[in-house]
Amino acid sequence: MSLRQALEAKRFAITAEIGPFKGTDTSEIAELAELFHGKVDAVNVTDQQSSVMRLGSLAACHLLREKGLDPVLQVTCRDRNRLALQSDLLSAAALGIENVLALTGDYPSLGDHPQAKPVYDLDSVQLLWLISRLNQGYDMAGNELRGKPSFFPGAVVNPGADTAAAMELQLVKMEKKVAMGAKFFQTQAVYDLKAFEKFIKRVSWLGVPILAGIIPIKSAKMARYMNENVSGVNVPEALIERMEKATDKAREGVQIAAELIRELKGMCQGVHIMAIGWEKKVPAVLEASGLAA
Amino acid sequence: MILSELKPWEEIMGYLAQDNNLFLVGCSGCAEASGTGGPAQLAAVQEHLEKEGKKVVGCTSIDFLCQKALVKSRLRAKSKAVLAADAFLVLACGIGVQAVAAAVNKPCHPGCNTVSLGGIRGKWPGMERCRECGDCVLHYTGGICPLTTCTKGLLNGACGGAANGKCEADKSRDCGWELIYHRLQQLGRLDNLKVFLPPKDYSKMLPSAALRSTSFYALEQPESR
Repeated sequence: MSLRQALEAKRFAITAEIGPFKGTDTSEIAELAELFHGKVDAVNVTDQQSSVMRLGSLAACHLLREKGLDPVLQVTCRDRNRLALQSDLLSAAALGIENVLALTGDYPSLGDHPQAKPVYDLDSVQLLWLISRLNQGYDMAGNELRGKPSFFPGAVVNPGADTAAAMELQLVKMEKKVAMGAKFFQTQAVYDLKAFEKFIKRVSWLGVPILAGIIPIKSAKMARYMNENVSGVNVPEALIERMEKATDKAREGVQIAAELIRELKGMCQGVHIMAIGWEKKVPAVLEASGLAA
Repeated sequence: MILSELKPWEEIMGYLAQDNNLFLVGCSGCAEASGTGGPAQLAAVQEHLEKEGKKVVGCTSIDFLCQKALVKSRLRAKSKAVLAADAFLVLACGIGVQAVAAAVNKPCHPGCNTVSLGGIRGKWPGMERCRECGDCVLHYTGGICPLTTCTKGLLNGACGGAANGKCEADKSRDCGWELIYHRLQQLGRLDNLKVFLPPKDYSKMLPSAALRSTSFYALEQPESR
């Protein structure tokens, strides 16, 4: 079943995420495709996350699709102007890729090529507008396409924005993204369920499926690092303590992720698991959460 | 010298829809020389506004709006009219609009687009406040430019990367969109955030061919071409 079908059937959707390596070795993509097969509805492929140069999302999505998975092509506005964005999107459609996640993209200075020229010709709201336009059979300039795509566009939201202004800005932008055609949202990692519930109450009127982000915690140190450095991530002290006390850290991390998923099941329409190196533990997380097929 | 041109009248009237009492500000520096913001142009715009049913409660032309101290002292002398205004219409470059917006707690609308001169500046010493984009959007953003204040130059809101109000790319810099949010909140215009701004025409940011062909712009000797 595809992500679109799962969400349209109002089934609790599960998506995973992979970040390709720097280089041409695609063996891990094939390995993960096998591991995820039948266990998740779709798999996101990041677009050079954190502005670190890697193998492209488009190629990796194609490889996943060949293995029978439904890929989600992540597209950022960081590296491509409107010509490249449109051309890459048409290329994706020609390869049968339907899900596209529109993002702004981290600033180049955060990555391993800080000398790069930032592009941001469009922003994420304009990118969604553009995807809807391609779906209608026209490019940005108004020229008719010979063969049109049928993308299922999605977007992201950060429900843990740390200032009142940042939170309001996230909500207004989310509203604009829906107006410009976003059919689903994947969120920044959620740990604080009370704050997430408050967020869900404020956006439920939009009527768009929300997949809550899950990043399994590998160690207390990682949790602290995310609290310090990742915008919108707030791991409560109680969870950090649990990780500190645990003798089997991997097991505890999987357990915490599974507990979060169980709680989230009643709040939103799915979960998006960003394992960041722990992809092979995703089946264990799903099993412990009671979601495994 | 920084070059500006009057925005189309329909665009100006469009964003003045909810503002009836207007304070007009011109600039006797570059804007007057551009034919957009001197006393003569202010009078013409005032006449036009009044014909459209608007009330002009104040009107002044200041020597170089980018000299921000001057803006405050000149407007202080007209505080009664300033208070009576629903909004300001500023006939000047993007820096002039932002200077007035920073001085008064009122919506400040740009009456002009700032045209690219490819880096030739007025009294203002840099590109960090106005990119001369040729299609000013300061009326949507509370007089704070999203192209220059947001590191990524995003037009439709914050990227979500800010932490404690600081930019993800430079922690010494405020998130431009949070500044815009606070300004719009002060002005009671948060609804502006809901407006979708379409992709910009970046070709308007290039200096015109006519300008590039002038001898002023050239470094090469004519015989070496």
